[in-house]
Amino acid sequence: MSERINILKTYKIYIGGSFPRTESGRFYNPINSKKASLGNFCLSSRKDFRNAVVAARKAFGDWSDRTAYNRSQILYRMAEVLEGRRDQFIAELILQDSSKKEAEKEVNLSIDRLVYFAGWCDKYQQIFSSVNPVASSHFNFSALEPTGVVAIVANQESSLLGLVSYMAPIIAGGNTCVILASENKPFCAISFAEVLNASDLPGGVVNILTGKKPELLSQMASHMDVNALCYSDAIQEELIQIRELSIDNLKRVRSYKYDLSLTDVEHPYIINDYQEVKTTWHPIEVIGASKSAY
Amino acid sequence: MSKKKIETEKISWEYAAAPESASHIDIKEKYDHFIDGKFEKPSSGKYFDSINPATEQKIASIAEGNSKDVEKAVIAARNAYDNVWLVMPASERAKYLFRIARLIQEKAREFAVIESLDGGKPIRESRDIDIPLAAAHFFYYAGWADKLEYAFPNRKPTALGVVGQIIPWNFPLLMAAWKIAPALACGNTVVLKPAETTSLTALKLAELIQESGLPDGVVNIITGDGKVGAEIVGHKGIDKIAFTGSTEVGKIIQKTVARTEKKVTLELGGKAANIVFEDAPIDQAVEGIINGIYFNQGHVCCAGSRLFVQESIKEIFIKKLKDRMETLIIGNPLDKNTDIGAINSKSQLETIQGYIDLGKREGFELFQSSCKLPKEGYFIKPTLFSDVAQSSRLAKEEIFGPVLAVQTFRTVDEVIEKANNTPYGLSAGVWTDKGSKIFNLTSRLRAGVVWANTYNKFDPTSPFGGYKESGFGREGGIHGLSAYLKFD
Repeated sequence: MSERINILKTYKIYIGGSFPRTESGRFYNPINSKKASLGNFCLSSRKDFRNAVVAARKAFGDWSDRTAYNRSQILYRMAEVLEGRRDQFIAELILQDSSKKEAEKEVNLSIDRLVYFAGWCDKYQQIFSSVNPVASSHFNFSALEPTGVVAIVANQESSLLGLVSYMAPIIAGGNTCVILASENKPFCAISFAEVLNASDLPGGVVNILTGKKPELLSQMASHMDVNALCYSDAIQEELIQIRELSIDNLKRVRSYKYDLSLTDVEHPYIINDYQEVKTTWHPIEVIGASKSAY
Repeated sequence: MSKKKIETEKISWEYAAAPESASHIDIKEKYDHFIDGKFEKPSSGKYFDSINPATEQKIASIAEGNSKDVEKAVIAARNAYDNVWLVMPASERAKYLFRIARLIQEKAREFAVIESLDGGKPIRESRDIDIPLAAAHFFYYAGWADKLEYAFPNRKPTALGVVGQIIPWNFPLLMAAWKIAPALACGNTVVLKPAETTSLTALKLAELIQESGLPDGVVNIITGDGKVGAEIVGHKGIDKIAFTGSTEVGKIIQKTVARTEKKVTLELGGKAANIVFEDAPIDQAVEGIINGIYFNQGHVCCAGSRLFVQESIKEIFIKKLKDRMETLIIGNPLDKNTDIGAINSKSQLETIQGYIDLGKREGFELFQSSCKLPKEGYFIKPTLFSDVAQSSRLAKEEIFGPVLAVQTFRTVDEVIEKANNTPYGLSAGVWTDKGSKIFNLTSRLRAGVVWANTYNKFDPTSPFGGYKESGFGREGGIHGLSAYLKFD
């Protein structure tokens, strides 16, 4: 009896809660250091990015309107699902050149980071909002609202942890996002999309593309319906390019140099980086201009 | 019995003139830059005129800055930062700021008169809003200087260094206070450029700062036009740029600093929606709409320049609005009865006139109050265009003048979509007596400041700043501190 033939998996991208192929029909074939192929991955196009932004924008209203408690539970659910698939992710990381020990550590940290930010969902608002003691007869308060659609250029080196560490605070704060996965290590990103899909995360909140950074970076930085961009590769020339291209719609550009294997990135200020402060005034007692300016 | 005819005499409701005296104020003929605690002649040797927009008469000569002046100011600011301000205990920094606040209060009347002379705004507004708020800003941020650790749990805030600040002409002294007070409280030193047409109160503030004994070089003021601003933005010795002004210039600044690690905060333009529902307190809403657009001649980045009125009350509301517009008094900014003063400059007058002409060409119904305008000076009648199309530039672009674009709506969802359909996101207003509707609107309008049943209110404790292309960063309140700090 002949040996069973393996079922090889087709890797697709993740847009609006579905797994389409790239509209461009192109693919690329990343290899690891032992020259072994990781598989055929979608070489996403600029059009794919635009489609993903449409999906992210569509999902923004619902996601930002959800209760913080609900967002918190969904992030926690992601951790649960990822925990259940530890072995798969460890195997994939090993194929992407990690040692077994490194792979285990990266998966553990990723799970723990999801739990960490799941816990912040219904707490950061109280840390950063305020009731302002204005010197007039008004009730005045400032609270945070999510910035909107965020483009994330995922960390190239750390394919799972790099993606999770920045995605988690961004969606914990009610934003939606489009992530460009690590170019040479796209495995975990697409498998992680399956985790997202199994975690009750509404479609479109997180969209994941695979492909080449040089092709997509300018589109990510210049897209007029992207409100913020998260960058963590510490390549100065790329960062300058992003800053220059993001000016047209005054995108909020955030860049980080955290060592993600430490807990330095675990704080609510990174959630705050993708929030806008809204201040609301209302008169007390007397409605309207009790004393007109005229 | 014959009917006795009662003669109804036409009563004149003209107000008697009530001008504020300008005799007690002290304006020099010529003003130099304020560098390292001293007034220094401009290295160009050139001066430009500051004009009273209500009379078109020259008030004083103002130094024209260039790169050499900026260089000197940055060196002075760096020196003061390294050797004095950084090493001074924070509680001592606070005392200087408290002193400045008190001095502004003492000289409030002089500042108010000069502000109205130089900028054209009604004296009642300078006196009751601009100057008291400027003092309040210094007083508020003074207290923060030695308490910064409490604002940022689990983080260690430190000053940035030398801060370059560029401010607009619509609230000259108030904007200087918004910029200088938090910067100094956080331990930075400052190079500030006031707007070209309204440098006077900033220079009077420089005199006051001298009087306060603030160490030399902590605050430096360079006057001039946009070229001086560009020198500040591009200067390598400056660690942070804080700018209030147009979105266009804000983007140029972003471009200049893209290759550097300079921090930036931008407070830019707006095109605020002011929304009136059928269940609003109508008379108070009328007052709020008037205040929203005609306050400070409409030279307000958060002006409520788009009125959305619910269709069912459109007729009565617009009628009341027009009646109220007829009662507004336009004229001498120094007259205490004046509601609307002079347009800040000739070029701004032309810009606004251009938009009014555009509205006429596009065929929208125009209403202007029937008041007479003074023969001299730059004045524009309060203006309203009805049924403006969403696609018109009148509904899309920031006019920065007393021009209101009126649109109507039927449903809540419709008005939210219309209100948010703009690249700007600075402010918005909502008028309704229904609490749940207010919260629905205030949470769905994409703007940094939302006034419900009120408009154009400001306070040092209240963060101000925009979403989207209205800029980023906040000024005022605890949130205004992070613009001037870095964290380990």
